[in-house]
Amino acid sequence: MPPPLITARSLVKRFGDLVAVDGIDVDVQPGEAFGFLGPNGAGKTSTMRMIGCVSPVTSGRLEIFGLDPAHEGRSIRSRIGVVPQLDQLDNELTVMENLVIYARYFDIPRAVARARAAELLEFVQLTERGGDKVDPLSGGQKRRVSIARSLISEPELLLLDEPTTGLDPQARHLLWDRLYQLKEQGSTLVLTTHYMDEAEQLCDRLVVMDGGRIVAEGSPRNLISEYATREVLEMRFGHGRNQERVGDVAGVAERVEVLPDRLLVYVSDGESALAELHARDVIPESALVRRSSLEDVFLRLTGRTLVD
Amino acid sequence: MSTPAPLRVAYRDLVVYRGIWKANFAGSFIQPMLYLLGIGLGVGELVDRGPDSAELLGGVSYFGFYSSALLATTAMFTASQQALWPTMDGFQWSNAYRAMVSTPIEPRDVATGLTIYFAARAAVGAVGVALVLALFDDTRSWGLIPAVLAAVLTALAFAVPIAAWTSTRTTGDSFTAIFRFGVLPMFLFSGAFYPIKQLPDWLEPVAWLTPLWHGVELCRGMVLGGLTGAEGVGHVAALMAYAVIGWTVCTVTFRRRLQP
Repeated sequence: MPPPLITARSLVKRFGDLVAVDGIDVDVQPGEAFGFLGPNGAGKTSTMRMIGCVSPVTSGRLEIFGLDPAHEGRSIRSRIGVVPQLDQLDNELTVMENLVIYARYFDIPRAVARARAAELLEFVQLTERGGDKVDPLSGGQKRRVSIARSLISEPELLLLDEPTTGLDPQARHLLWDRLYQLKEQGSTLVLTTHYMDEAEQLCDRLVVMDGGRIVAEGSPRNLISEYATREVLEMRFGHGRNQERVGDVAGVAERVEVLPDRLLVYVSDGESALAELHARDVIPESALVRRSSLEDVFLRLTGRTLVD
Repeated sequence: MSTPAPLRVAYRDLVVYRGIWKANFAGSFIQPMLYLLGIGLGVGELVDRGPDSAELLGGVSYFGFYSSALLATTAMFTASQQALWPTMDGFQWSNAYRAMVSTPIEPRDVATGLTIYFAARAAVGAVGVALVLALFDDTRSWGLIPAVLAAVLTALAFAVPIAAWTSTRTTGDSFTAIFRFGVLPMFLFSGAFYPIKQLPDWLEPVAWLTPLWHGVELCRGMVLGGLTGAEGVGHVAALMAYAVIGWTVCTVTFRRRLQP
């Protein structure tokens, strides 16, 4: 196996008294799509900023491309592409100017930058907007400009912090499609997200973070099979009346989670569980059978939902 | 061949400036012209009638006395403004400086690049003022050329330390106060409108400490003559000290802000 692109051991980030990252171990292999899944404040962004060499490590060991960020930050950053959580584009400049100026930060000659920018705008489906200012673009279009910009230096590693947060479903799917294509081309992607569908779509492997620590690690499929059942039966008995109905599902479920608005009944076969409950005269106001997701994994691991 | 990192930073700032220079033109050029006509010619007419005025002003007309200082005061106003809101923009509105440091650019390069941009921006303004001064007999002089450099140095003595302050702020609340209690009093009390000998004795040494006084004396001396070599070196050294100390602080505060 080739050496990992990223190695972290007992990695810690503190801001004064606040411990943002509390001793994590991570290895990311070349060509992998790796995710940090967790709620806001889990330490995902702090971890990404340390990997991106824009935030010094408090303690522990971190290596990117086998190099130490404390001493070789500049050369590591020259090989990384970064898509930040909030777009950092110059709104008053054109899309093309944004790309070329960013390329100049990498000391890429202007002519090369323009040629690459044209290709990348085609890749993110914004060719016809190259001469337009950034300001009037939609959120999804701006995010695609950010992605094109991050690729202009032909990075060996792409860091994406919450790439689709705040975008509408259509824009998210277009973005996922582009990222998926990068993954197929063999790029190494590291992303943070608090959307389980995003993690499931894009990540080969992920870690679940909570309170600065890693609470689980594996492929989305493994995590689901390890920490959840195949299916989930969601039953609503009316607000505030869910807790008292837990006893009614005894024996049917492997595990039950009580949320304010519903019961989550973890079973291998949702429909037959529902039929059995009907036979027992347990009739919810509404019921829904779905496949387990990383949301269920997170709930199991932390007792909390991902998106409050 | 590789381009030094700070120049790549300044390139971005200049491209942004190219997009907005027309809107900026009024502030950095028309305003000093209004001062020139209103005070230089208007008040000058009154002052030059005073029996002792020529002696107090060092043997020059009030128009010459005042308008040569305008090179320095214009540099101060434009540079201070640039180091506040537009610089803040790079740290937290457009976040352009954050974007830069995620590339091979270091915070120190951002500080140096910004300094280069301030200098270029000040040079544009100072050349504009100098061209106008060249139209008038009292101020037409080869000294306008080094005076442009003196104005650029004056701009840096303001812009660079102020940029260090800006990099530590998360809101622009204090920015108006900097103008009201820093820039404006200097404009009035640092020898632009009258020799600081006219100030009360206790206030005169305060004026010596202000960067504007050094800038005014340097610009005026170059345009009108009457500056000894030692004085000139002293003024340049004082202005350089403000800029260099400001830059040194910037390298620290920019790093803290951009790489927490």
